[in-house]
Amino acid sequence: MTVEDRILLAHGSGGQTSRRLVSDLFLRYFDNEWLTKLDDAAVLPLPNDGGLGRLAFTTDSYVVQPLFFPGGDIGKLSVCGTVNDLAVMGACPLYLSAGFILEEGFPLADLERIVQSMAAAAREAGVHIVAGDTKVVGRGSVDGVFINTAGVGIAPARLSLSGSAARPGDAILLSGSIGDHGIAVMSQREGLRFSSSLESDCAPLNGLVAAMLDASHNIRCMRDPTRGGLATALNEIALASQVGIEIREDDIPVRGEVRGVCEMLGLDPLYVANEGKLIATVPEGEADIVLGAMHAHPYGREARCIGRVTADYPGRVILHTALGKKRVVNMLFCDQLPRIC
Amino acid sequence: MERIQAYHGPPLRFMEFCGGHTHAIMRYGIRNLMSPNVELLSGPGCPVCVSATADLDRAIALAGVPGVILCTFGDMIRVPGSRASLQEAKARGADVRIVYSALDAVEIARKNPTRQVVMLGVGFETTAPTVAASVLQAAKEGLDNFFVLSLHKLTSPATRAVLDSGELRLDGIIGPGHVTTIIGENAWQFLPEEYGLPCAISGFEPLDILQAIARLVEMAANGQPAVHNVYARSVTAEGNQTALNMMYRVFQVEAADWRGLGVVPNSGLGFRDEYARFDAGRAFSLEVAAPLEHKGCRCGDVLRGAIVPTQCPLFAKTCNPTRPVGPCMVSAEGACAAYYQYWEQET
Amino acid sequence: MCLAVPTRIKRIDGDVAEIELDGVSRSVSLAMTPEAQPGDYVLVHAGFAISIIDEEEAAETLRLLHELEQARLGGV
Repeated sequence: MTVEDRILLAHGSGGQTSRRLVSDLFLRYFDNEWLTKLDDAAVLPLPNDGGLGRLAFTTDSYVVQPLFFPGGDIGKLSVCGTVNDLAVMGACPLYLSAGFILEEGFPLADLERIVQSMAAAAREAGVHIVAGDTKVVGRGSVDGVFINTAGVGIAPARLSLSGSAARPGDAILLSGSIGDHGIAVMSQREGLRFSSSLESDCAPLNGLVAAMLDASHNIRCMRDPTRGGLATALNEIALASQVGIEIREDDIPVRGEVRGVCEMLGLDPLYVANEGKLIATVPEGEADIVLGAMHAHPYGREARCIGRVTADYPGRVILHTALGKKRVVNMLFCDQLPRIC
Repeated sequence: MERIQAYHGPPLRFMEFCGGHTHAIMRYGIRNLMSPNVELLSGPGCPVCVSATADLDRAIALAGVPGVILCTFGDMIRVPGSRASLQEAKARGADVRIVYSALDAVEIARKNPTRQVVMLGVGFETTAPTVAASVLQAAKEGLDNFFVLSLHKLTSPATRAVLDSGELRLDGIIGPGHVTTIIGENAWQFLPEEYGLPCAISGFEPLDILQAIARLVEMAANGQPAVHNVYARSVTAEGNQTALNMMYRVFQVEAADWRGLGVVPNSGLGFRDEYARFDAGRAFSLEVAAPLEHKGCRCGDVLRGAIVPTQCPLFAKTCNPTRPVGPCMVSAEGACAAYYQYWEQET
Repeated sequence: MCLAVPTRIKRIDGDVAEIELDGVSRSVSLAMTPEAQPGDYVLVHAGFAISIIDEEEAAETLRLLHELEQARLGGV
């Protein structure tokens, strides 16, 4: 009964509906061994690489509304997001491109703020924006500005981080509190109007990742849980590795304010986007040393072990609730919406 | 908790009226904490789920009227009507906006004087007064571009309809805590007095629900049905009179069409003449084709408690949260959605 | 049913209250609870305070919750 000849917002939410669009449409035509892995960045062999390692390459488009939110803006997001996708594949991010699609009538002052923000984020991450493009479209065709960034980096030859590498017994580490970004952005949306001191956690994580990779050469996989939240990222790993993942509700840090807004709007923090957090699966014996490295880094101070990879329930994520009950955490179907029921 | 776990008497069957309770019961694994002799059934307490397809079609038709901004609570946006959902109507160009409060819809009307703003009023007695308040606010501001399509329904008549159908043998009712905050504990006296059934008004924390079930087991075992308020921190005997007055100032009781129950007399809210100018049903003349019900969808049976979701042949096969056939799978409070999300832990 | 959360009233301006939950503030209408006072705890649903929470009863529930928690941690 539902008609599916049109794109719906759900196709962009990062959950099951998005995945179907990718597998049913894009992979059908763009079929190659690297794309089908569906990792955060493609790690590609270099012909005649002379021992350089492999090239990591990724792209992302940024359409966030509102453009400016507590803790960041679309510009900072566009740099950090792409840097992080490279970093979690074990690559050292090097160069970014930035394509802008601007709405006719967009204030130059706002564009300057955004660009300044991108420069600052790039500086912090140690990357250069080396190519770009600008297009302008008629009023109403985009919401102010859309940005696409693509990024390249080098992944050391010996490293092989992948969503399919998780193994039973591995510890699952989370670098800090979840839900900050999604809720900070939502609080600015018309009609919701919350005020809080909550800020987006948007940050470049390549420094944190480097510290973690220094501490252990056996990290299996890393992910940044952006759209779709922690739950989606964990489900992706469980599916790609065909393992089960068990996490403990008590161990997942959630800021009070995030909890408060989620309660009021009927949202689940597990599915809310993060832009400055990562998860990693590491062999059990190395969890402590990696956690130590994370705690020593400004973006990893609240890092915790939140659970384990298991051979049971392959492809599923199980949450041990604060009450001691178990509950299956499914992948998001489409964006969570504020509800009253 | 020991009381419920240790119960070894004749099998007892309680209905939780409210979708929020079904969800909480699944989420907290409350069935696992109970004796197998105590069974819980889910009732028609999901205002999204019980909205008739024809009514949903009307809302979607309204959204398609040029110049209309259709405002809705997020819960309704993915519910399938005969041919589409509000979300799909939005994808096709209808101006559909999600609001957290009916007052937000009033604000949209204020800010868009050349457009007609229609608030889709869905919900029981917890929500209806808030929508009534929004109508009163619009009246106060003299807005002539704010309307409400009322699909509001009342809980006691539905409960009676379920009991009167004789389809189920029930031994008690878990009463909806937030609805009862408005209508008051006394509104449930008809259960012990006319049906000999105990009723425990419960909040939504696992502790509340367990206490409510324990009380029901006790009352059923003693053969002393009464209404017991387990949510005393919020529920009083008379409820919220201010809210009820506001609701009945704007609305009057009428028959309503419930998915699963059919047309139930005196179970819905329509506009009083005094506020008829805000009634979207009267303000817009719509041509809506006859509703199409999906063959095989058994939401109606689930809502009456006649079957549990897992007994529906479409459950988890053709009907799942990504491709929902009926509202019980879409709504966050729908029994099918609750079962789908949590049932694997039970099996 | 119907999502309603307990929040605390920080201040009141006419029939609008600023409520607070876990460090987040929002305005809600007091049209249904005009007798509410700053400092009261109210149940908020769809942008309205629908009831004032009885502190004693709330304290009793919290006490029971605490007992339950202790029992659980004690390995029940």
